[in-house]
Amino acid sequence: MSTAIVSEPSGFALPQGQLNVIRWNIYFGFAVLAVGVIMGLGQALSYARVNIVQYYPVVHSYYQGLTIHGVLNALVLTSAFANGFLLLTTARALARKLNNALLQAELWTLLIGSLLAAYAMLSGKASVLYTFYAPLEAHWTFYLGLALVVISTWMTSAAQLVALRAWRKEHPGERVPLLAFMSITTYVMWDIASIGIAVEVVVFLLPWSLGLIAGVDPMLDRTLFWFTGHPIVYFWLLPIYVSWYGLIPRQAGGVLFSDTVTRVAFVLFILLIPVGFHHQFVDPGVSEGLKFTIAAITFAVFFPSLMTAFSVMYALEIGGRRRGGSGLVGWFFKIPWGDPSVAAQVLAMIAFMLGGISGLMNASYVMNMEIHNTAYVPGHFHLTVGCAVALSYMGIAYWLIPYMERRELWSRRLALFQAFLYFFAVMIFSRGLIAGGLEGMPRRTNMVYATYGLPAWRIPGIMTGVGGSLMFVSAMLFFFIAVMTVVAGKKTEAGDVPFTATVQTPPRIGWQPRLDRLSYFVAASVVLVIAVYGPFILGHLPLRLTTAGLLYP
Amino acid sequence: MERYEKAFLAACAAVLVLFLCALGYSNLVLGAHLPSHDERVYCSAGQKLRKVLLKTPPFDHIGVREIAPGKYEAVLIAQIWLFTPDEIDLPVGAEVKFVATSADVIHGFFIPGTRVNMMLIPGQVSEFDYRFTKPGEYLLICHEYCGRLHHTMSGKVVVK
Repeated sequence: MSTAIVSEPSGFALPQGQLNVIRWNIYFGFAVLAVGVIMGLGQALSYARVNIVQYYPVVHSYYQGLTIHGVLNALVLTSAFANGFLLLTTARALARKLNNALLQAELWTLLIGSLLAAYAMLSGKASVLYTFYAPLEAHWTFYLGLALVVISTWMTSAAQLVALRAWRKEHPGERVPLLAFMSITTYVMWDIASIGIAVEVVVFLLPWSLGLIAGVDPMLDRTLFWFTGHPIVYFWLLPIYVSWYGLIPRQAGGVLFSDTVTRVAFVLFILLIPVGFHHQFVDPGVSEGLKFTIAAITFAVFFPSLMTAFSVMYALEIGGRRRGGSGLVGWFFKIPWGDPSVAAQVLAMIAFMLGGISGLMNASYVMNMEIHNTAYVPGHFHLTVGCAVALSYMGIAYWLIPYMERRELWSRRLALFQAFLYFFAVMIFSRGLIAGGLEGMPRRTNMVYATYGLPAWRIPGIMTGVGGSLMFVSAMLFFFIAVMTVVAGKKTEAGDVPFTATVQTPPRIGWQPRLDRLSYFVAASVVLVIAVYGPFILGHLPLRLTTAGLLYP
Repeated sequence: MERYEKAFLAACAAVLVLFLCALGYSNLVLGAHLPSHDERVYCSAGQKLRKVLLKTPPFDHIGVREIAPGKYEAVLIAQIWLFTPDEIDLPVGAEVKFVATSADVIHGFFIPGTRVNMMLIPGQVSEFDYRFTKPGEYLLICHEYCGRLHHTMSGKVVVK
């Protein structure tokens, strides 16, 4: 009975055609990651003042490579992986097929959008970095491509909601299975969060790049970008939380404790969307009062992550104790460290603790003046998205690829080595960037040719280069293992998604069933968004053009 | 919820509230302020922002000037890929108000080793007050990507 409420227990397999769409999402995401990682190597080494970008084919400048790195890894990979992975978990938990038309449309929109953006970036017509701040101007194919990638995520959300609606009709009065609840909540959060970037691109930047409007308001566009630019972090993270809450307890031999606490944590991410101004703490034109309010909301959104730390660690402890671990910390060594999928994700969790703490420092209002736009910032987010998320993707792939291919993982030992190598590599890399950032080393700057520098940046720069190189080696090992699993893994029987059970099952009476009514939380979230952003946006309307664009300066 | 869980979450909430109070204290009592000046320079289609700026006070008088005994105002314009002026001379201990903006794309204004860290956004005027208590030569760098020679955009502050 208890498992029924995490996921339909009687066994369900998606039709092969639908599984193939999911498979191509995931593989496309990893292919894109490979390109992004190759670019990343050049950037890491440039901090050590080693220029290998000059030998790269197609890429002609550091900033072109950095644009490709950021857009592919942070937007295309994350969208592709979330689309594939959370469609699978939704379908499996509800034991329902998905809508075929939406599934096909999602995949093709993602592919076409990515190709358009790739064309613009590879041809050097969009070296505007991942943030594409106007009035730096890119070729229109860049903006159209990004818009299509975002639209593909909306189609994924639609496919989930269609399945949920049909499931509800057949199961009146029942609680939504937890695995589906988490997956759908993630996308509902993103549906609201992505409105900022969608308006920025579709209403302003795309018509501007096509010459239909003469100028843009850089302050307004930047604010719309960061409206999405912070909660996009949740969109990277929550698919990983789905794995940490919903799958890892089972993989580690344990069980998730509380269904209700898990649902509350996910709902809080929907409620606390408008925090983007904390990326604009040192911007002019935003009042200190608003900045402090945003700092407070940002601290509040740290809370569901602390809930996660408790719940997931407890689930791991149950697993460790069941496997014979004892004492205050003894259980930690008894969790299945020999399983690369578990090991990679537990290491990712450790990285996320450091990432979370360094992020809290970024968000700390006046402290931000010490580190804003220094190398500290990429030091922080390579611990979060670059390790907690990326290493979890790899860990998930270590069961997901065998599951999709019906083959065994190609080399368990190499996969384990890969995960540990990646973890330690990021520790060196991020330590370098953070140390440099605290000494004022800027981010997004080609240090090979920089006409200035401080002696204190030298050793941090070398650490960044060494750590980044090791990350590159580890990522290449991952791709090698993945490809070998697909072509040469030992064939096995069809498996299942490893979903967990919960100790405390979701009550059917009381206040808890209302957690499943996402529309309440969406409405509350929209009210908060309007309260925070409404006055600021009204202050920039009607649009008074401030400046024309600069096409690829 | 379980007892341990409640205790853990209460402790977490308490720590976060404490941090927030510390930030409020640094801001309201110790006077650590973020650059939040709100003043806009509009430029309609067909006009060049740089030309509009040079006719708009205080950017019609770029450079450093003493506005009261021991108080200075340093007015700068950033554009690809330079600051004008690119050197600012100040006496030790003087209070200085940096007033800066951008004439083209978004730039950064950052003096490593100090709290002077602000974004320069076309159409918006940025301001920040600071007091240099140690003599020396400080780097002034653009720390927001602004085009292919971004890494050459720097200046210096000389405090004697």
